[in-house]
Amino acid sequence: MNYHLNYYFIWKYFGRLGWGLVVSLELAIVSILIGCLIGLTLAVVSHGARRPVRILVGAYVEFVRNVPLLLLVYLVFYGIPSVGGFAYSATTSFVMTLSLYAGAYLVEVFRAGLAAIPKGLIDAGRAIGLTPWQRVLYVRLPSMFRIVLPSLGNAFISLFKDTSLATVLAVPELTFGANWIYTNTFRIVEVYTVVAPMYLITGFVLLFGLRRLEHRFAIRRR
Amino acid sequence: MMLMLHSLPFLWQGLLVTLHVSALVVVISLVLGVVLGVGLSFGPWWVVWPVRLYSDMIRGLPLLVLIYSVYYMLPLTGWSVPSFWAAVSALAAFQTAHVIEVTRGAVQSIPHGQHEAGKAIGLGFGQRMIYVVMPQALRRFLPPWINTVVSTVQGSALVSLVGIVDLMFSIQQVIGRTFKPMPLYILGALIYFAINYALSLTSRALEARFAYIRE
Repeated sequence: MNYHLNYYFIWKYFGRLGWGLVVSLELAIVSILIGCLIGLTLAVVSHGARRPVRILVGAYVEFVRNVPLLLLVYLVFYGIPSVGGFAYSATTSFVMTLSLYAGAYLVEVFRAGLAAIPKGLIDAGRAIGLTPWQRVLYVRLPSMFRIVLPSLGNAFISLFKDTSLATVLAVPELTFGANWIYTNTFRIVEVYTVVAPMYLITGFVLLFGLRRLEHRFAIRRR
Repeated sequence: MMLMLHSLPFLWQGLLVTLHVSALVVVISLVLGVVLGVGLSFGPWWVVWPVRLYSDMIRGLPLLVLIYSVYYMLPLTGWSVPSFWAAVSALAAFQTAHVIEVTRGAVQSIPHGQHEAGKAIGLGFGQRMIYVVMPQALRRFLPPWINTVVSTVQGSALVSLVGIVDLMFSIQQVIGRTFKPMPLYILGALIYFAINYALSLTSRALEARFAYIRE
């Protein structure tokens, strides 16, 4: 094997990787926020709704869950503008795709979370005279948040990894930075031996931080 | 509509490749994953640590990064690997890590008393696994394992990015000729959906089938 490792170019262009990581995290954060909004809305709407509504929500969830994310990314970026007669930037398109994708997973998470709230809590809210909206705001949502926090954290980490797909739309995130350095310098081994640990370490830091957060908000049982 | 019908023969070849890749990956990851998963659950520390490390590292990486790394780095070892096998081994490495975790979950759900009972009647480790643990762990194993099969079929779409003409790549090729993206993406989505939804339904049916057993 006559390959000589040379990290010179990796450090020279490290900005592309560093900023790429920031862009990846931004994509994941924005997507999970919009995804939460979609998921929560649909979970509340379909909770005790009529059959057609539940079927529609179910169709959305099943469609998104059973189609490869790559295909959805292409569909939203190339497919929809071609029939709609409008266009949007690659970043917007990817965030929309990832949000829809996250939303489909989070509907189930929130639905389970809403179902897992102890009935006594809601009754207690009623007993102290809270109106239905106050019960949602002060009783249901906070207790659901604690229940779904672990699943939410896992969804966030997996979304962070899925942002690597944005490279196919040339969104300047971490994998795109890696491929840019590769195509310009051919230092492939060096690039991926740096990028892989960047993904791993970020993932583990996120995991650790989220576990701390869960611990902080855990329901204490005495 | 006609476009969809006319493009079907082209997509058919791609679909066969997608199914071929998925089937290979499913078989490889099933064998390796179950063996390593049992090793992770019952092995000595020099088995547990490497398997733990492998599983956590691979699951912490995006699949796309894994595929690119294997695809570009394997040739540098002086080993000339066709791109098909590079992609299959990357996918298999990824899915193996997931099957390891599914196996660990299933096998560790079997109460310790079962192992002791097996020992008491004089079964060796292999026999305890085959006659006592595996049959009981199967129902915990099957539903999540089918979900890993679904994610294999979805993940196999990524091999199109390293130039393997699978279903995803064929869709792109037809679009390259016709410049009509929407009908083809929808058709492709429907094909993937049909495969994966059937698998998901099987997984759910099995879960319901096994739900009557309560510890």
